[in-house]
Amino acid sequence: MKELLWLIPTLPFTGALLLILLGRKLPRFAVSLIGAGSVGLAALITILIGIDFNSSSENSFQQVLWTWIDVAGFKPQIALHLDALSFVFIFVITFVGFLIHVYSTEFMQDDEGYARFFTYLNLFVSSMLILVLADNLVLMYFGWEGVGLCSYLLIGFWYLEEKNGYAARKAFIITRIGDTAMAIGLFMLFKAFGTLHIQSILTQAPQIWTVGSEGAVIIAFLLLGGAMGKSAQLPLQTWLPDAMAGPSPVSALIHAATMVTAGVYLIARMHVVFELAPLAQMWVGIIGSLTLLLAGFSALTQFDLKRILAYSTISQIGYMFLALGVGAWSAAIFHFMIHAFFKALLFLAAGAVIHLLHHEHNIFKMGGLKNKLPAIYWTFFIGSASLAAIPFVTGGFYSKDAILWLSLAGEKGNVGFFLAALIGAFLTSVYTFRMVFVTFFGTEKTHVSHPAGNRMTIPLIILAALSTFAGFIELPHSIAHVELFSDFLLPVLPAITLQEGAESKEWIVQLIAVVISLSGVYMAYYFYIKKPELSDQLKASSIDFHNFWFSGWGFDKAYDTLFVKPFVFMATINKQDIIDKFYDELVQLADFLHRVFAWTQSGILRWYMVGIVIGAILIVTLSLLVGS
Amino acid sequence: MNTIPVEAGLLLAGILFVLGMISVLVRRNIIFMLISVEIMLNAAGLAFIVAGSRWVQPDGQVMFIFILTMAAAEVSVGLALILQIYHQLKTLDSDAANKMKG
Amino acid sequence: MQVTFYIAATIAILATIMVITRYNMVHALLYLVVSFLAIAIVFFALGAPFIAALEIIVYAGAIVVLIVFAIMMLNLRAESVEEEKRWLTKEVFIGPAILSLILLGEMIYIIATSESAGAAQRMVDAKAVGMSLYGPYVIGVELSGILLMAGIVGAYHLGRQKKKVVHRFLEKIEE
Repeated sequence: MKELLWLIPTLPFTGALLLILLGRKLPRFAVSLIGAGSVGLAALITILIGIDFNSSSENSFQQVLWTWIDVAGFKPQIALHLDALSFVFIFVITFVGFLIHVYSTEFMQDDEGYARFFTYLNLFVSSMLILVLADNLVLMYFGWEGVGLCSYLLIGFWYLEEKNGYAARKAFIITRIGDTAMAIGLFMLFKAFGTLHIQSILTQAPQIWTVGSEGAVIIAFLLLGGAMGKSAQLPLQTWLPDAMAGPSPVSALIHAATMVTAGVYLIARMHVVFELAPLAQMWVGIIGSLTLLLAGFSALTQFDLKRILAYSTISQIGYMFLALGVGAWSAAIFHFMIHAFFKALLFLAAGAVIHLLHHEHNIFKMGGLKNKLPAIYWTFFIGSASLAAIPFVTGGFYSKDAILWLSLAGEKGNVGFFLAALIGAFLTSVYTFRMVFVTFFGTEKTHVSHPAGNRMTIPLIILAALSTFAGFIELPHSIAHVELFSDFLLPVLPAITLQEGAESKEWIVQLIAVVISLSGVYMAYYFYIKKPELSDQLKASSIDFHNFWFSGWGFDKAYDTLFVKPFVFMATINKQDIIDKFYDELVQLADFLHRVFAWTQSGILRWYMVGIVIGAILIVTLSLLVGS
Repeated sequence: MNTIPVEAGLLLAGILFVLGMISVLVRRNIIFMLISVEIMLNAAGLAFIVAGSRWVQPDGQVMFIFILTMAAAEVSVGLALILQIYHQLKTLDSDAANKMKG
Repeated sequence: MQVTFYIAATIAILATIMVITRYNMVHALLYLVVSFLAIAIVFFALGAPFIAALEIIVYAGAIVVLIVFAIMMLNLRAESVEEEKRWLTKEVFIGPAILSLILLGEMIYIIATSESAGAAQRMVDAKAVGMSLYGPYVIGVELSGILLMAGIVGAYHLGRQKKKVVHRFLEKIEE
């Protein structure tokens, strides 16, 4: 069964290929069959391989397909590597991807670019699978750039509007900054190890480097740069809110569930390098905590439904980075999985709401949808509860609680990380339930066009179930001793060591987390249901703060003044092509000489003779002068 | 036997060569130009003969024979070209054959 | 012998001047023959009788006759003389004369300043030339053969008149 591993990325790729070649001619039904079916088959194979993998005693499985290049010792292969970590990722990618494909068949049914949409989606899924299954960093980088390309294509999917193209370019360019850092990191890794095969690097690294050695720190920082770009972490986070210009299923699949967590995957995959570079690992945590706070505050002020979710995504990935920073590897991956479920759910439900309300994005123009769209309301509510970490019944609670606890009690954790995570948790529950209350409660302000179809609601229900029950496979020690997930990941990612004597305090932290998240919900309730006028007063009294947060802490403006303006300025100066002036002169000279020589080419024989005679005179004169 | 100074022979060759050259430069008629080239070639051959007789070696005369051969071939091809030009342009004016000017 | 040389040289120069100043092509050719004959005498005086014979046969004979035939084929009329008169004015001589005088001056300077050596007037007979030609210079002879062959082929190819392929009715209309 494991031999079928190669089919997992190949199937969606074949689907994309078929749709590129035939997409225009096929009927919509066939397009959706190819698009969703190929990913569905991949998901099925994933589950079968998972069963096989779980029952076997081996911890990993390699499949070498062919050698890519073989130059002077540099020999990357097209080879797949399956272990617990990559299995979690391919499961989420294929399974959530499949649900999103099914959802898209209804969501996009009136769109002209139907086949194009599924082409891009399939290509994305296959690139992402290559990214997580690659057994060497070159192939992984290939997938990494592949998802970047698909992200660009899908953000700019409705390319007729200029601002969508702008958002796509922004995403592409900003992630490119991180990718460049990562590429440099890969070069340095190759220089240090002579190979880019991930497993050999992981086994050799502790022999080559000691903890905190310079090479490890530099490489870890460069890899972190790549991860920051892809995962929209500070200071490269500005592209993600604008990326919401793409269709909602894209936001769900790429900008929430899978692609943006590629950075998390990279750091988890290279965890040995990061453990050897404590400084870089600490910075992973610092960046994560700063990002989660920043994005949380910004999310409070947004009124576009998808932008709120975008900022919450940035914030939740910040949590994952925080977990990686304190060495809680499996907690980060656990949060990734749960987050993929509930964030995909939230985006899909939000997409459905926007779709059914005639593309209305403003939550203050929605309202009262609770009774009109009950299925969407309940699934959205469950997703929000998971995001806000409502205690005990949601998956989000267990995954976030683990991060909160380990950020304090973990060996590399400290109070600063813990406080940041706690404030973040409070903000999360406030903005989440602000969104829920404003959108679904109150009076109806926009009329619903038609109820959502089955192909949209069934994926929502499945995701809602997953985002609730998936949490129960890993419970905190204080409640019950269930560690299915971290045991599964143990062969790949080492378990975290706790600080001395911390175990007993776990219930206190949990209690604080419970109180925090519930009080956040209450605050949202108080401000937006009970006394809506209060929120307006608050907004009016702190309008500067509001605007500052609304613009995402002014990062776009700062980058505009720091990088874009000087660049445009230089470009304007150089508009007249200062450097080209020299070459222009060269051209003029050549042109002048050309004219002179063309003039001598008169076609009159006697002039040529004169030339010959003058030449003869010159030669004789010269020989006379030199000879004497 | 009275000796003839080498200078006199070379001077004769030079004068003949320069006269041929003047003729090539001033004439517009292609046949005249061809004749002038013959004069120049002959002058060059004369210089070889003078040198050959100075050193009493047959090489100068061998060279003259080669020049002669070349002149014969040149005249035959040149006359064929002149016939073509006259046929095409209906004139012997070399300035009229300037269609290849740059 | 010395006197013969100087007389022949003077005739050669004068005849050549006449060649380059004639308007009538046939007159010019006759002067050219005179010039060649004078040079043949010079060759004889220089002790190269074989070459003198060749000069008369090939230059004064073959080449001039070839040019005369070409002139006959061109069927030039009296206007060509008039045309030549128009073209060959005194003014056109100025530039070439200056250039030529410079060159001639340089040549005279070179000849005058180089070591003087009287030519030993011993005859180099045809036998020696033949021995040399088919000895060390045999490759030159073969190359000359190829050159002459190329000359024949080239002259044939270039001199061929292309047949006009025009429809007979259209030709009549054109006339």
